[in-house]
Amino acid sequence: MADMRTPLSRARGLGSAKKGTEHFWMQRVTALANIPLMMFLVGALVVHAGSDYTTMTGFLGNPFIGVVMLLLIFSACYHMRLGLQVVIEDYIHGEATKLLALIANQFFTLTIAVACALAVAKLVIG
Amino acid sequence: MSEQSKPARPLSPHIQIYRWTLTMMLSILHRATGVALYAGTALLAWWLLAAASGPDAYALVQEVSSAWYGRLVLFGYTWGLFHHMMGGIRHFIWDTGRGFDLKHVEIIARITAFLPPVMTLGVWLAAYIYPGAL
Ligand code: HEM
Repeated sequence: MADMRTPLSRARGLGSAKKGTEHFWMQRVTALANIPLMMFLVGALVVHAGSDYTTMTGFLGNPFIGVVMLLLIFSACYHMRLGLQVVIEDYIHGEATKLLALIANQFFTLTIAVACALAVAKLVIG
Repeated sequence: MSEQSKPARPLSPHIQIYRWTLTMMLSILHRATGVALYAGTALLAWWLLAAASGPDAYALVQEVSSAWYGRLVLFGYTWGLFHHMMGGIRHFIWDTGRGFDLKHVEIIARITAFLPPVMTLGVWLAAYIYPGAL
């Protein structure tokens, strides 16, 4: 098949969306980070699922735990935003609905990230 | 489609034509669990916000998460998480360019299908055994 791309565009390697492999790469980087972070979350839930208010806030108020929780929140939210974007692009073909769904995806993931981060910040600092 | 407008490349048959395979199921499951985990982060936010809000808000989280339906959701979430995690690791193997031959695809698929239920049961067993946890 004839290659329709110019030598310059091939050298830049950014593709038609001008984002290059960033989406793929960040999906993998966050996925890798998610493995230990989600294991941590599951472990924390195993130990603290039945904990009362004082124990739980004491646990979440620990700055070391707070750092891990913040990393978890950002990595998971970044990862799931990229992930759902692909799902939307695969299944929603109407231009307007697709755009709306993509925007809703941005809003939802950012809202979750901000809400969780603020809660963790308050538990650690407040 | 008229003869003329047919593209000159092979087209895959419609999804209903395929026989169900394990690899196909796992691929679908990886996407389904990804979407489920996505929705489930709302619960994570609820838990953290409630803990940050005070004892009353947290008491509701405790009540719901210790009820049978809450437990069911949490169980489902851990199961989905382990499936998605193993599915992700399967992708990592492929990303290195390895494991594409049919034999290895099949072996990796079986491991990916077998481990998540075991991990899930292990975690829940640990949770119930851990002193005073649940
Ligand atoms: C625990 C470690 C995790 C690993 C190793 C992992 C790995 C991956 C990988 C490699 C993909 C890309 C699949 C592809 O290219 O087809 C992916 C997709 C996705 N992930 Fe994860 N993930 C993890 C956790 C999570 C979490 C916690 C969430 C949500 C909160 C999530 C949500 C998604 C979504 C929505 C997709 C898109 C599904 C698709 O395109 O079929 N993942 N994951």
